[in-house]
Amino acid sequence: MSNKLITLENISKSYDNHLVLDEMNLYIRENEFVTLLGPSGCGKTTTLRIIGGFETPDTGRVVFDGKDITKLPAYKRQLNTVFQKYALFTHMNIAENIAFGLKIKNKSKSYIDDKIKYALKLVNLEGYENRMPDSLSGGQQQRIAIARAIVNEPKVLLLDEPLGALDLKLRQDMQYELIRLKNELGITFIYVTHDQEEALTMSDTIVVMNQGYIQQIGTPEMIYNEPENAFVADFIGDSNIIDSIMVRDELVEILGVKFACVDKGFGENVHVDVVIRPEDVELVKPEEGNITGEVTHIIFKGVHYEMEVMANGFEWLVHSTRMYPVGEKVGIKVDPFNIQIMNKPASEDEEAVQIEE
Amino acid sequence: MKNKFVKWLSLPYALWSMAFVIIPLLMVFYFGLTDKSGKFTISNILSISLPVHFKSLLIALLLSLISTIICLLLSYPLAMILSSMNSGNNRLMILIFVLPMWMNFLLRTLAWQTLLENEGVINTILRAIHLPGLKIINTPYAIVFGMIYNFLPFMVLPIYNVLCKIDKNLLNAARDLGANEIQTFLKVTLPLSVPGIISGITMVFVPALTTFVISDLLGGSKILLIGNVIEQEFTLNSNWNLGSGLSIVLMLFIVISMIITAVFDKDGEGSAL
Repeated sequence: MSNKLITLENISKSYDNHLVLDEMNLYIRENEFVTLLGPSGCGKTTTLRIIGGFETPDTGRVVFDGKDITKLPAYKRQLNTVFQKYALFTHMNIAENIAFGLKIKNKSKSYIDDKIKYALKLVNLEGYENRMPDSLSGGQQQRIAIARAIVNEPKVLLLDEPLGALDLKLRQDMQYELIRLKNELGITFIYVTHDQEEALTMSDTIVVMNQGYIQQIGTPEMIYNEPENAFVADFIGDSNIIDSIMVRDELVEILGVKFACVDKGFGENVHVDVVIRPEDVELVKPEEGNITGEVTHIIFKGVHYEMEVMANGFEWLVHSTRMYPVGEKVGIKVDPFNIQIMNKPASEDEEAVQIEE
Repeated sequence: MKNKFVKWLSLPYALWSMAFVIIPLLMVFYFGLTDKSGKFTISNILSISLPVHFKSLLIALLLSLISTIICLLLSYPLAMILSSMNSGNNRLMILIFVLPMWMNFLLRTLAWQTLLENEGVINTILRAIHLPGLKIINTPYAIVFGMIYNFLPFMVLPIYNVLCKIDKNLLNAARDLGANEIQTFLKVTLPLSVPGIISGITMVFVPALTTFVISDLLGGSKILLIGNVIEQEFTLNSNWNLGSGLSIVLMLFIVISMIITAVFDKDGEGSAL
């Protein structure tokens, strides 16, 4: 594995007695695409601003490349930020915007001109040098904001919900664009978003945050397939989270019915949360299922049907390519390895907040 | 339908400006370009070249220019401080700066007369603590003083407004790209505030150039500005033709100054307000 480039040590920050970050520890490796993911107010943007130098933490240290930069002002840091609302200088044309950082570093004119050409080519906006920011679309402005940041050859690029203001199609295109950029530049990206799909698509590592705490750190696959708690399971994708009892190793009682599972080591007769992804719920004939229920809602989603099935007092969310009409009696079957067992939150600090959808 | 109705709403204002702006303006041009018998002449306008008139125009230009520059130098830092304060405090501060404007303009200027007089409040205090008195009343300094005092809010407010509108993320972006505080100010804040500076300059320079009350009260009728000359032609000499002719010349200077600022705005800003 490559070196740790940025380390956050015991970072705390509060505004007006409201704790936004509590004793946060995190390290970010070189050439990693790290996404800080969480609902609004979870502390992800504050974390980014602390790394960027726009906020000073109340306690803790920020170490960059082996040096403590906690008190270093933003303009002396070897990283650049792409802001949420682009923050292009409206009184300068595109070339002047991109040249801003280089002019301050007193680079030669030919060097700056080369860099502008290179950056515009990289973001597919060649020939836009003399346009004004106002005359560009949101997606184009965002590309310019990225170009303006990367010409300074930062070791780290910070991106604060950069695609938030774009429409869906453009957002998806820009996601692939960002992955390509990251690979071409070979630098570290720290990306902040509340959009789980964005996080899963682009990241090497996802840091799921809520209420100032890190809930889980891992690869997109780990976060999706093995959420550590109900918050992560609920926030990343759709899921059925059911209050259950772990009877013994490899056997869990869900809604009064015993299911085989693959998890061990939780003890006997312990209350746990069970997570089952909607695409892992299999609908079968009533007599073939572990539990029987009745379809209550159905929505066509294109790739699949999204159905709700009432069974043993729980509304199961089911994704299936096969359609069952409302009112149909069905059986529910779940494969043992698709049942994810999680400990109940131990303290209030880890208490997961349900996301209303 | 709706459009038509909205159009009619502007009727009262159209009538108003016709009666009190356009017709008087035409009258100024009529009187300015005729002599007492009603015959066309440009001698009223050319009379600006008389030494007494020309001198008063130069003094007015000089004093209003000085006042505008001092107003700008005082206002910009003030507006910056105000715009960086949190909203609770700055409302009170702005109120304090705007408060004098709620009092009558003449009253305020008369108050300065009382303060600055040879036997006035300031000199009495200075003498009481055995300092030499100031001879400031009836000098150009007193006039500049009065102009700055009266017109300062007109410079502060537009600059304050434009500074408040600057996206804080732009300043963060500049710092992010390596600009220190001074570079951020020179390359981002200052250029973005040019529209505010321009309207501040216009709102101070134009009334300062045309004033006759301030020079009357604080200059003791000894220093004649072009405004005083025009006023006297209308009131003392009852020579409407000459007064109107000089007014046209003054208008010309105002138009020129506004063109200069507009051109400067275009260069520095790229787009106007």
